Amino acid sequence: MSADRQNDADACMWDELISLLSMKDATTRTVMLGVGSLGVACGIVGCLTVLRRRALMADAVAHAALPGVCVSYLLLGERELGALLLGAMIFGLIASGLIAAMRGRTTVKDDAIIAVVIGVSFAVGIVLLKSIQNTPGGNKSGLDGFIFGKAASMARAEALTVAAVSAALLVLVFSQFKVIRLVTFDPAFAKALGLRVRLIDLLIISMVCVCTVVGLPAVGALMIVALMIIPAVTARSWTDRLSTMLVLAGAVGGIGAVGGTALSASVRTPDGSSLPVGPTIVLTIAAVCIVSLIVSPRRGVLAGWLRQRRARREMMAERVSERARAGPLAVTTAQETNDPGARP
Amino acid sequence: MSPAALDTNVAVEIHDLTVAYDRKPVLWDVDLSIPSGVLCAVIGPNGAGKSTLIKAALGLLSVLSGRVWFFGEELNAVRRRLGYVPQRESVDWDFPVSVRDVVMMGRAGVTGVFGRSRPKDVEVVEQSLRQVGLSEFGDRQIGQLSGGQQQRVFLARALAQEADLYFMDEPFAGVDASTERAIVDVLKALRERGKTVVAVHHDLQTVPEYFDHAVLLNTRLIASGPVNEVFTRENLQRTYGPRLTVLEEAGEAMARAREARPS
Ligand SMILES: Nc1ncnc2c1ncn2[C@@H]1O[C@H](COP(=O)(O)OP(=O)(O)O)[C@@H](O)[C@H]1O
Ligand SMILES: [Mg+2]
Repeated sequence: MSADRQNDADACMWDELISLLSMKDATTRTVMLGVGSLGVACGIVGCLTVLRRRALMADAVAHAALPGVCVSYLLLGERELGALLLGAMIFGLIASGLIAAMRGRTTVKDDAIIAVVIGVSFAVGIVLLKSIQNTPGGNKSGLDGFIFGKAASMARAEALTVAAVSAALLVLVFSQFKVIRLVTFDPAFAKALGLRVRLIDLLIISMVCVCTVVGLPAVGALMIVALMIIPAVTARSWTDRLSTMLVLAGAVGGIGAVGGTALSASVRTPDGSSLPVGPTIVLTIAAVCIVSLIVSPRRGVLAGWLRQRRARREMMAERVSERARAGPLAVTTAQETNDPGARP
Repeated sequence: MSPAALDTNVAVEIHDLTVAYDRKPVLWDVDLSIPSGVLCAVIGPNGAGKSTLIKAALGLLSVLSGRVWFFGEELNAVRRRLGYVPQRESVDWDFPVSVRDVVMMGRAGVTGVFGRSRPKDVEVVEQSLRQVGLSEFGDRQIGQLSGGQQQRVFLARALAQEADLYFMDEPFAGVDASTERAIVDVLKALRERGKTVVAVHHDLQTVPEYFDHAVLLNTRLIASGPVNEVFTRENLQRTYGPRLTVLEEAGEAMARAREARPS
């Protein structure tokens, strides 16, 4: 009896997943357009962030968005999405500027500085959020949605905005591809050529801010960085070319976001509610990432392990035959593995 | 401005250069000039400020005081005529980029970073790769090269800049003997074409053989001039301290061992 009901529930879940992914219904299409283009933009911006070693910095920027949203709500006294996101953007840029400033002027190490900024931003955000919720009307402000995200509620205008912003980011990255690649790979050389390295760095961190801001309502401040970094890491394991990596990361981010949203809408928890969108998207992309890191032919764990095993076998075989040739009394001390390039 | 600063036969003219990272000065009141058309070694112990000298000259650092001229002109007027080979450790070799792409970066200063690469750029890149013996490795990801090959990628990128004056930070670091020969050949070819090379060099033994000019540095300038004038025991001792004899003996011993070893 209960097994039957379980089967019914399963069948229902699959039907729903398939109907969501086939996007017959307009609301679904809207939400999918929004999260899909968000995923693409985040994946691409994530590549630059990872390669320029700004992943942690991006996380700080995203966390700083939370107090930014709260402060602009307090200033305006109402929920006006544009203004809230502007607040998030400004706070994100302030956080990155603060980190850059502290880097040169204190003896505290980078990662510690960033950890402090992350913690403080989040703490300030939560305190402000609680005090907003205690004000009249504050309960309905819906600001707590900015922590974990609420993709299901994405309005048509919102989805179109996300899509437009993502398209703009794509055009920017691909039109400036060479400069961005040069600055990201070798900033000192770029500067010697007279390129504006600081400007490109500012561009990259601003793109992180923009992704955070447009992703804030859907995915939330805590997980948006995962949506940037995980696709980048996944893509890197499949290719050695930056252009391909950008395209792959965009695809992983976009498809993962759509798939994760569909999953979250169709899978029901025992009490009948659906899974939260942000975490489901992140887990979907993370699954792709983990599989990639294991099976990718060049950089995967599996391939590395097989390579190492083969090399060991060959060395053992060589050693045995060498010893046999040299006779029983020979001492084997040959260790000619010095790589001329390896310096301490 | 001194008259020398306007002399176009002087490749590098540095006046009163002082640089500090925190409070401690790394370069103190350095004045020097390097004539054009020479191979110049910059030597000094670790931490002497050799890399800092190059970076400050190229405008990569903010300086406390000092002015620099190249061929009698300010940096911004001659940037296109300057090539740069940074220290190999300064970049992430796991970066997803091919050898050819990195060498093409040398063209960015010539063609600009916005245009597509023209046939001429492609030609110069291939020629630079050939010159350092990396033609077959153009499509490799840069992490899949040995240390010596990576060093040559940087050299090829600088060659692709088609500069008149090259700054190289430890171009011989961590390369094997055959790569060292290949690099020396490239440097000599540059000199034959009237180019100037300023290179940080660590192996004192080979200074007289490879270079014709030297800058001895240890926070302050110790000496600067033709190798046969400034590369003296006394100057070296002032640069490296009294323990130089130890260094020298060790170096000579290693050289003897290298010769004695059956090949
Ligand atoms: N970015 C930096 N910040 C602080 N100190 C630095 C930095 N770069 C170099 N230094 C210090 O400046 C001194 C000179 O460095 P450097 O020019 O790299 O020496 P060299 O190249 O001769 O070995 C060293 O004591 C080094 O520790
Ligand atoms: Mg150095």
